[in-house]
Parts: sequence; C-alpha cells; structure tokens
Amino acid sequence: MTYFLRRLLYAVPIALGVTIICFSLIYLGPVEPLDAVAPDDASPEELARLKVEYGFDKPLPVQYLIWLGRAAGGDFGVSLFTRRPVIEELLPAISNTMMLAMSATGLAFSIAFALGILAAYNNGRILDRLFTGVAVVGVSIPNYWLSIVLIMIFAVELNMLPAMGMGPTGSRDWAWDVAHLRHMILPAIAISAIPVGIITRTTRACILEMLSQEFVSALHAKGISRARVLVHVVRNAAPTVLAATGIQFGHLLGGSILVETVFSWTGTGYLLNEAIFKRDLPILQATIAVLALFFVAINLVVDLVQTWLDPRIRRT
Amino acid sequence: MSSSFAVATSAISTGDRLVEVNDLTVRFVSKDTTIHAVNGVSFTLAAGEVLGILGESGSGKTVTLRALMRLLPEGRTQIGGTVRVAGHDVLGLSPGALSRVRGSTIAMIFQEPMTALDPVYTVGYQIAETVVRHENVSWAEARRRTLDLFEKVQIPSAQRRLDAYPHELSGGLRQRAMIALALSCRPSVLLADEPTTALDATVQIQILLLLRSLQKELGMGVVFVTHDVGVAGEIADKLAIMYAGRFIETGPVTPIMRAPRHPYTEGLLASTVHGAMRGQRLKAIQGSPPNLEILPAACSFAPRCPRVADICLAGVPPEVPTGPDRMARCVRITQN
Ligand SMILES: Nc1ncnc2c1ncn2[C@@H]1O[C@H](COP(=O)(O)OP(=O)(O)OP(=O)(O)O)[C@@H](O)[C@H]1O
Ligand SMILES: [Mg+2]
Repeated sequence: MTYFLRRLLYAVPIALGVTIICFSLIYLGPVEPLDAVAPDDASPEELARLKVEYGFDKPLPVQYLIWLGRAAGGDFGVSLFTRRPVIEELLPAISNTMMLAMSATGLAFSIAFALGILAAYNNGRILDRLFTGVAVVGVSIPNYWLSIVLIMIFAVELNMLPAMGMGPTGSRDWAWDVAHLRHMILPAIAISAIPVGIITRTTRACILEMLSQEFVSALHAKGISRARVLVHVVRNAAPTVLAATGIQFGHLLGGSILVETVFSWTGTGYLLNEAIFKRDLPILQATIAVLALFFVAINLVVDLVQTWLDPRIRRT
Repeated sequence: MSSSFAVATSAISTGDRLVEVNDLTVRFVSKDTTIHAVNGVSFTLAAGEVLGILGESGSGKTVTLRALMRLLPEGRTQIGGTVRVAGHDVLGLSPGALSRVRGSTIAMIFQEPMTALDPVYTVGYQIAETVVRHENVSWAEARRRTLDLFEKVQIPSAQRRLDAYPHELSGGLRQRAMIALALSCRPSVLLADEPTTALDATVQIQILLLLRSLQKELGMGVVFVTHDVGVAGEIADKLAIMYAGRFIETGPVTPIMRAPRHPYTEGLLASTVHGAMRGQRLKAIQGSPPNLEILPAACSFAPRCPRVADICLAGVPPEVPTGPDRMARCVRITQN
C-alpha cells in the first residue's frame, strides 16, 4: 500500500513538468503568442488590450499558474478558429481516439499474445521465424502507408469497407453497431501494426525466458498437463506483457495524426493536425497537455498493475 | 501420522528392481557441436535403497538424474539405452503416460528450491495442484493433505505457511516445502539433485536427517546426487562415482569409502579424508575435466591419472569386479 502511495506521489512532479512544457510551447513556437491571437490588422491599442486580456503582460510564472488553474477546471480558453471553448473540441476528440485506441489495443493484444506464445514454443523453428518476421514488419512499416494500402485493397479494390469517416453518412454520433464498427476496422488495423510487433516480441522473449527457468522443469517433473504448465508460464509472463500492452495503449491514446487524417477519424490526431495548420494555439496546448497527462497516468496504472500482479513486490 | 502416509509406497512389485537403467546415453546435439553428457550408465535400485552419485561438476550427474524422468529438452537431446522405473519403460512412454508417472511414481527434489518453485503461486497451491492431478481428489481435500505434508516435513506454523509465496520462506523451509511437494503423491522413487548444496551447513544436516527418516518410513528408492563425499557417506547405501558421463566405480558405500579402487575415487577421497568430511567440497584433482564434445576411445581419466600407462589409451576400460557388488572401470586396479 505504501508503495502505491509513493508511486502516486512520484507522478505529481512528472505531471507538473509536463504541464510546464506544454505551457511553454507557446513561447517556443515560431509565432509570437500575441500575433497568433490578434487579427492581422489590429491597431496598437487593440494589441495592448488583447495583451492584457490574454494576460501576456504578466510574468511567465504567473501566466503559467493562471493557465494551470483554469486548465484544472477544464477551461483551456477558446479556440482561435472556431471560437468555441477548447474543451468542447477536445472532449469528443479524446473520446473518438480512445475508442479507436481501445479497440486497436484489444486487437493487437489478442493477436500478439497468441503469436508470441506460439513463437516461443516453436523457438527457432519455421513458425517462430514467421511470427518474428511478422513482428519486425509490423514495427517497421509506417502506419500511414499501411493505411493507404488498406484503403486501396479493402475500400477501393474490394469495396468491402468504408475508407473515411466515423460512421455512415448522416450519422452524427458514434454508436457501437455494425454500421459504425465497419468504419473502425481499417484505422484500428492500421494503428495496431506497431503494437502487434512490439507485444509479440515482448511476449516471445518473456515466455522464452520463463521456459528456460528451472521451475518449468519442476512443473513438468510434477506431472501436470502441458496446458497447466502453460498457465503457470503465462501467469509469470503476464506482468511484463501487460506492461508492454499498457505502454502501447498509452502511445495509441496520443492518436496518430497521419492515420486519423487519412481516415478522417476525428480524434485527437485529427484535431492536432487541424490546430497545427490553423495555428490554433489554445487547442494545440490543451491537446498536448491532456495527452501527455494521459500518458503519465497510463504509465502509473501499468506500474501499479504490474506490481500488484507480482507477489514478490506486492507483499514487501 | 497422517492417513496419506499410512500406506507405504505404491511400489509396483518388481522384485528388487525398482529402477533399472541399462546403457543410458545422453547427447545434446546442436548445429556446431555434440555434447556427450552421459556415455553408458547402468545400475539398478531396489525399494528402500539409496544410491549416491558422486562426481565433480560437469560429470553428468544432473543429466543422468533428469534422464530417469525424461526431463531433458526434447529435440536437442538424444537419449539411448533403457530406463525402467517401477515397471514403466520411461523412454518409451507416450507424453500423457509419462506425465502420469512423473510426480506420482517418480518425483524429484531440485537443487535450488527458490528457482524450482513457481514464484507467483503459493507453495500450498503448488503442492495441492500436484495432489489434485494424481490422486483424483477435490481441492479442499488436496489442501488438507498438503497441510499434513507440511507437518510431515516439520514446517512450523504449517497452516500459515500454506499461503506463503516461495520468496517468503527461508531457504531451509523452502527446501522442506520442495520435499513435501516431491512426496505429495507417495512416489516409490525419489530423485534428489544436490538438495542441500544451496543451504547453510546446519540446515543441510537437518534436511539430510529428514530425508533419511522419510526415506526409511516410506521405503522409497532414492537416487541422491552430490558433490559432497561426506553427505554421500551419510545418506547412501551404495555409491556410484561418476566421471565424464560414466560410472567409473560402484559398490556399497563403506567398502568404497574405506578402500577406493579407481585412481579417480582415490583422489576424490584423499582430498576429504583428513579432517571433517561433511560440508567439504570435492577438492579439484590435478588437471581439468574432460571435454565432452569428443568422446574418447580411451579412459577419460587417463590425462589426469597418476597411474596412467599405455594400456589405458587402448580403449574404454571395461568393468572390472573389485569385490562383492563392486566394480571399477580401470585396467590398472591396485590389488590389495
Ligand atoms: N540442456 C543441455 N544442453 C547442452 N548441454 C548440457 C545441457 N545440460 C547439461 N549439459 C552439459 O552436460 C554436461 C553434464 O552436465 P550436468 O549438469 O549433468 O553436470 P553435473 O554433474 O550435474 O554438474 P554439477 O555438479 O555442476 O551440477 C555438462 O558439460 C553440461 O554443460
Ligand atoms: Mg548438477
């Protein structure tokens, strides 16, 4: 329990650091923040007024604290482009990306876990080489390229699956039905390629390491069935594999700018892409901050779950 | 004490030949090399008998022991000869039949209980699992029997220890749990691979005494592998001295200890004869152990032997009788 609290406390400075970086993004960019918010033809008086309104006249630390305080309450300001509150743009995007990320992680885990176990049990043989090859390819091919190939095959050539959007035309909200899920298949496959590769390799390495351990010999010496031995091996490998899966999920939560843009999946990647092109700083700042915090949180959860699964750490 | 121990062993009546090993050979084959780990080992073991296998590191003791359970990596391992345990042709059994024999008829105690127990399951679960597998009982009954076993191997606060993970036990208790695991289905043959090497000297003695008394009580046949001449003398009825994958001298323990015949055995014993025997590791005999990648057509010990002669290089020495139930593989045996 104390470990949990300690780990939780460690996450606080990391989270603060992340928000500081996100806040400073404005000042690291090539555009003066004031120029970004002001209309091109603003008069000097107007500029001065905007400067005060946006708080650019205050010292940086104060500006940061104000921004942080508002952000904590969900107020990230207003989109410079749509003039709507940032949070209203951000929440649906996060939800869209999260759905896609969860599906892709589930898909990647199911495939990769099976491939990794089979590869390990066939160490050095043809099946192992094949699956290890699949893993290398999965990690190496750029996922936007894979997206385009998938669209060409399944949408253009075979006309089996939709190439764009998040649902049938006319549908405004997501629903977990066949019509909507069909839209998710291709993007989910596209972004799961890297996780499949990484989780397969992690699983294979971890199971192989377990298989070389004395306790596996001892399990066979007890005469229990192969299936039961596999349960022991998998249970031992689980913390490592789940950690790898969790980290991959964290990556996917960031959303893929390219893949979401290719498929017009209006998630955080899509939002970021638009914000970058339109220099919509508040959106950019908020999206990056929230995503980074997600990443910190996922790492925290992964750590805690991993700890909880291992009695050697849990009980000390 | 407990009902599960009321019956003696489940040894199938095979006369005095509970274990019968004939010309066992084990080779590890890989792309670039072949390791000749065991090169023609034969012995028999009766119920209630303890065979001690003594030899320096790398002589093939563990591999011999594991071959008795066919517990060697399949695919890379070539096993020859025959192994019969309580009437089962171990090397010829189907995987399913083999797993029924393992743990119930023949069981093993490993050298390092810390690495031989699954770290993420409680010791109680790991034992109960074995009982459920072989004895066809419920988990509740298996757990009750596990508690009996814990008391049998003298684990204090047995009830509480059932739910301990391996890392929560001391080395000695872990090895007791390992022994309880091995004995859980009342095997007729127990294989022990240096079960005390990883323990403190005082704990070693306790474990040895425990093993000895359980072995007597259950009438098990035991194959006990060790580095330690003192331990071997303590526990074994008969001894086999192993060198380069062969038994180079065998016989009842006392005569061998008193008057070894093979120059290698002499060397082994000479290094431990003076002072305390127990706890003493085998002192290295001059020269280095043989390379097992080449199977020599001569006495493997010749390069290190103080009494080497031309005749030693002529071929692998045959078994030369050296007394009642004794033999040594040496063509220059000292007559006395
Ligand atoms: N799985 C394996 N693959 C290849 N070689 C092996 C394997 N297991 C054992 N060997 C080799 O077989 C030889 C005999 O090993 P073994 O473990 O039986 O020795 P040992 O007498 O038990 O030694 P120790 O006293 O150190 O335990 C060694 O040279 C070892 O390297
Ligand atoms: Mg060994």
